[in-house]
Amino acid sequence: MKAARFDYSCPVTLSDALASLQGAEAVAKPMAGSQSLGPMLNLRLARPPAVVDVSRVAEMRQVERRGDRLRVGAAVTHAEIEDGVHELLRGHPMQHVAQRIAYRAVRNRGTLGGSLAHADPAADWVVVCAGLDARIEIAGPQQAVRHESVQQFMAGAYTTSLQEGELIVAVDVPAFSADSRFGYYKFCRKTGEFAEASCVAWFDPASRTARIVLGAIDATPRSLTALAHACAKTGRSAVTAASIRSAVAHALPEKDDVERHLYETAVTRCLDQALNGASPVAEPSFERKASEIAP
Amino acid sequence: MHDKPPAPKSAAPQGVGARVPRKEDIRHLMGKGQFVGDMSMPGLCEVAFLRSPLAHATLDRIDVPESLAGKVFTREHMQVRDIVADSTLPTYQRSAQPPLASGKVRFVGEPIAMAVAASRAEAEDLIEELNVDYGELPVYANTESALAATDHLVHEEWRDNVFVTLKADRDFDVAAINAPVIVRRRVELARQCMVPMEGKAVLAYWDHRDDQLVVVSATQVPHMIRTGLAECLEMDQTKIRVISPDVGGAFGYKCVLQQEEVCIAWLAKTYKRPFRYLEDRREHLIAGANTREHSYDMTAYADRDGRLLALDAHIVIDGGAYSVWPFTIGLEPGQATGNLPGPYDFQRYRCLTQCVATNKPGFVPYRGVARTGVCFAIELMMDAIAAEVGREPWDVRLLNLVKPEQMPYVNVANKHFDSGDYPASLRRALEMIDAPAIRARQAHAERDGRLIGLGVATYTEQSAHGTSVFAAWGTPVIPGYDQAGVKVTPDGGLEIRVGVHSHGQGMETTFAQIANEILGVDVENIRVIHGDTGQTPFSTGTYASRSLVMSGGAVAQACKELAPRILHIGAHLLKAELSTAELRAGAVWAGDNSVGIRDVAQAWYINPQTLPANAHVGGLETTVGYKPKVDSGAFTYATHAAVVAVDPGTGEVEILDYVVVEDCGTMVNPMVVEGQTFGGIAQGLGTALYEETPYDENAQPLASTFADYVMPGATEVPHIRIDHFETPSPHTEFGAKGMGEGGAIAPPAVIYNAVNDVLRRLNAPVVNRTPLTPARLRHALAGANSAAADAVATHSAPSATVQAEVEAQS
Repeated sequence: MKAARFDYSCPVTLSDALASLQGAEAVAKPMAGSQSLGPMLNLRLARPPAVVDVSRVAEMRQVERRGDRLRVGAAVTHAEIEDGVHELLRGHPMQHVAQRIAYRAVRNRGTLGGSLAHADPAADWVVVCAGLDARIEIAGPQQAVRHESVQQFMAGAYTTSLQEGELIVAVDVPAFSADSRFGYYKFCRKTGEFAEASCVAWFDPASRTARIVLGAIDATPRSLTALAHACAKTGRSAVTAASIRSAVAHALPEKDDVERHLYETAVTRCLDQALNGASPVAEPSFERKASEIAP
Repeated sequence: MHDKPPAPKSAAPQGVGARVPRKEDIRHLMGKGQFVGDMSMPGLCEVAFLRSPLAHATLDRIDVPESLAGKVFTREHMQVRDIVADSTLPTYQRSAQPPLASGKVRFVGEPIAMAVAASRAEAEDLIEELNVDYGELPVYANTESALAATDHLVHEEWRDNVFVTLKADRDFDVAAINAPVIVRRRVELARQCMVPMEGKAVLAYWDHRDDQLVVVSATQVPHMIRTGLAECLEMDQTKIRVISPDVGGAFGYKCVLQQEEVCIAWLAKTYKRPFRYLEDRREHLIAGANTREHSYDMTAYADRDGRLLALDAHIVIDGGAYSVWPFTIGLEPGQATGNLPGPYDFQRYRCLTQCVATNKPGFVPYRGVARTGVCFAIELMMDAIAAEVGREPWDVRLLNLVKPEQMPYVNVANKHFDSGDYPASLRRALEMIDAPAIRARQAHAERDGRLIGLGVATYTEQSAHGTSVFAAWGTPVIPGYDQAGVKVTPDGGLEIRVGVHSHGQGMETTFAQIANEILGVDVENIRVIHGDTGQTPFSTGTYASRSLVMSGGAVAQACKELAPRILHIGAHLLKAELSTAELRAGAVWAGDNSVGIRDVAQAWYINPQTLPANAHVGGLETTVGYKPKVDSGAFTYATHAAVVAVDPGTGEVEILDYVVVEDCGTMVNPMVVEGQTFGGIAQGLGTALYEETPYDENAQPLASTFADYVMPGATEVPHIRIDHFETPSPHTEFGAKGMGEGGAIAPPAVIYNAVNDVLRRLNAPVVNRTPLTPARLRHALAGANSAAADAVATHSAPSATVQAEVEAQS
């Protein structure tokens, strides 16, 4: 299918972008990398009369340090994070997440803000930003700016608090220090597909943060708060098959045993990285395959 | 005239058996292939279809606004015949498939109207302006409901919703079978799509100079499409030319007459302007969900050693709404009934096969055809028998496989196995995969907690079956003698014209190799012309792994006919006795003297005064027809074996090792054979692990984009090791056999046998429905007996199980 007709503009400043989105008659939809909106346009599932391409807005493509936090522009692409284009993100857990999002072709164009605005429950940034306790910065009419956590921002699958005329301009994430621990595990049926179950773990003693978040649950990501606190208090000993099973059962009452088993696996492997592993994240499954040819 | 023949451009051998790099690769790798989508013509209009959103409904009203007159068309506008495939099979009920739906719609995605515009997007805008009133009818989303229906049938004039019922019964007498071991199994294969990279693609225009309709279509069978279009459009064949250019994958999807071909051809014929339609991915995943959907209920009777005494089977095929032209839907049940016995030697067989009409896209034969399903069925059954009698799956197979000393062997379904050593292929596969080492490995827990399984599957692949077989199936077009034209050009090269179409099989190279083998002309100087009815002799086309044997055989025959003519002229030019002359390395030799084929050609074309007085008047070109002496099919065979690792935490299956031992007779180009095998296996793995079009109770397809329809990619297809046997066929040129489909036949059987090897050791229910998604495997694993699971680390040889195996719910 081909997209229905739409008007297209490509502002390079934030004020122009906001003005286009808040313009008079026609409702305009922002588009960054078009990796989520593009297919919807092509399938005629989305038919905005106008599209405002924000991928070149300079203010949205920067990464800056703000104290012990980093402010990442919403139009930064996954590939830029993967490639370490922004020095502040080199070695950051976000770099390890970025390099495993979808395929390189998608990463060349897909953006952090675009992914969050689309709010696919299985998206990497959705669960990772929830796990990192990120703050989403949203600009609106009359220079209004508001900040929300992922769980405040995302009401459910593909449903967010974004109003007409609003635009995600940046995402505020913690910096990574030597004492922090991060783990991320996602299970995909096939390399490059959306996850069927995922889990993020983030432990930062300096800011007294402990978070374990389940993703790809067909809903807003859910925190395993009690388990996270137990891990923060007593470390590895809090992590047992029973404690994980109990935490997942509590978080996913709507799912059956067999489905929960997959999430238990995700939590187990995620915590294994965060608490036991030398590297922040496990190798992708295709790397593991090469080492297992002979016993 | 007495100059040395020009040195061959390539010093490496180029004839039969050589690994000549494919000539067609360079244009594809450089992006210079020419596909229907690449063409441009002045005034070209693009076409979009309105496709039915409902699976079964009457078309009460189609409202075409005045403003769209001349831009939008329905069935009423078209003076054409419906596509009707007749078969002489008893009980067969024929379907009439209109090019655009008429009266009612029978599957989601069925085309109802078409719009033309300067661009596809604008044509889709026009489609959106149409309003259709539907009257809903009961929907047959599966074979059970279709079989139970007594009215509102898919085709109202039929007795019931059954295309055809086939029965086989060979000495089957339950009372006479004294079998101590009886095993019952049910297996199912999901409906799926073929997903060629290029979808359907057809461009048609009126050629005013030739006063002819030209249809450029991505098809496997240009001559047959010409015949089919002539019938539907009620035109003389001389008024139609069909050209198949480069094709981006076909696999059977493009070996039948398509509704869209009829529509586009009608537009061009009527308006004398060019029109084009390109199927997009969404259309393919919806309207092209048309294959593989079989179920098998089998009862095997065996002795305590696992020797198969008798097999009873009930096969049900979900045929969708329409029977294809020309093969008819009868091909699938026919192949299923005939090939279920596989490569095994047993004497009692009964099989009832029903091909049922439902509200889904009409069934189209996909690479492997029914052989993928029957291999899945019989090979899972063999493992079930082995488990029942407490023996290794390969030992049971070695007991039952037809032995080389029995060749040629006519099996219980009347298949004539011409040659080969099936047990040797299994033994070699076991050796390559190192079965004893795998069994030893399975005795200990894996470091990463995964579970190792080993599976095998052996199959035969009937290839290049010809007149007698298709005549028995009673199809509208029956293959006969394939024809090939070979001509020596004035500069000593060759032009080969064949009626088949090469779209991945490498025939532009392999046919040149065949000619090189006989005439010695350099492969670089040989051009293979194919795909154009205006330039090539008749052939029913490329399907059923037939082209190399049939068309390649014709090329060989044509070259053999030219060889004596070349020799005769060459000897004369050398002033030598014919009996002392020899055609060798692209030249005619007499003693130490030689003249090249180029010199011979120069004599014929440019300097006929130098020819012998009695030179053959046919000159240096000829067209001959060919079919093998025995045309019931050349039976290629193979054994596949695989080692898998199952992740109990996720249900993911990783293939650690995959080996193939195959015998397709004499290989013209082993590299091409291997390429075909790799590609077929990739598709077989898709069937086994990933691909499925699920339907809801309203026969709505639930996977219409690649977000939901999962295909194996580069990271999913493992490294595959192949070993070749070459038992020449006694009936074909060079002893070659067809093999293009084999790779797609065994993978589901091999993978499931390997995973079931894991599940049996856990006392978990076995899996029996494709695809083996992680979710399905997790369900099976959840049914494991936990004591057995704990005992995996101390595993010993499989023990006999007395109770019947429980099958996993999914």
